[in-house]
Amino acid sequence: MAVPIGNYIALASVMFFIGVIGVIVRRNPLVMLMAVELMFNAANLLLVAFARLWLQNAGHIFAFIVITVAAAEAAIGLAIVVTTFRPEKYVDVDDVRTLHG
Amino acid sequence: MSAFWILGAILIVSAVWTIAASKPVYSVVALLLNFATLAVLYITLSAEFLAVIQIIVYSGAILILFVFVIALLSSGVAPFAMGPNRLPKIWIPGAILTLAALGFLVYAVSAVQPFPAPPTGPVGAANVFGSVADFGKALFTVQLLPFEVTALVLMVAVIGVITLGGEQMGDAEGHRGQARSDRQMREAILREGKG
Repeated sequence: MAVPIGNYIALASVMFFIGVIGVIVRRNPLVMLMAVELMFNAANLLLVAFARLWLQNAGHIFAFIVITVAAAEAAIGLAIVVTTFRPEKYVDVDDVRTLHG
Repeated sequence: MSAFWILGAILIVSAVWTIAASKPVYSVVALLLNFATLAVLYITLSAEFLAVIQIIVYSGAILILFVFVIALLSSGVAPFAMGPNRLPKIWIPGAILTLAALGFLVYAVSAVQPFPAPPTGPVGAANVFGSVADFGKALFTVQLLPFEVTALVLMVAVIGVITLGGEQMGDAEGHRGQARSDRQMREAILREGKG
């Protein structure tokens, strides 16, 4: 493991800032949510790298919790997106009568 | 040494691709590449369990959710455009400041001690750093309270999603009423045919 910790910090910072730029610049709510996921992953990368540096697995536990929070955030964010930008026509399999005999 | 550079290059390129893609589906593909590469990087950092969790939860659950929502919304009219430039005329000083801050950060922290030797011992043993047994033991003994809080967070998320979906059900009432009346008419026709 010859790579110093500074490289991991630089990589995580770049990923985090790409996520920030995505949230600021893009207007598509789905892409904004994906940029938020990028930021979560940058933070996770730093947690795992520092856990490896100090050989403490508390960083792994916290990264696990961050993944859980990211999952909850994605579920709620996508529910809000679907509620806001709902298509007008509903999809119901009972309405499909093209093959009705 | 070289693994870090290759993986880091893939990570940055896929992250840029994620926010620059023209269609949300391409963003999902780029994000999938990003998450998979990050899982490989976790393995090189001897975080085996987190690598597996990364693949299962992110690539398997969250991205599939994104794909479903894209498939649901792309039939209707959605604001899937790039939008106006919201950073007018300040992006050059902003970029310079960001790069300066990043360089200072790397310079300030790169003098920290290098990584210690990788953990040795039998694969999967309980006291080897980063093994699944080590992770599980810590999760269920020392860090039990954060684990329980995780369950609470997930429950709040489920309740929130059900609440949001319930509002949507209320809007769909007219359509459902239409379907119900169709069904009643069909049953009435059947009854007439019988009688």
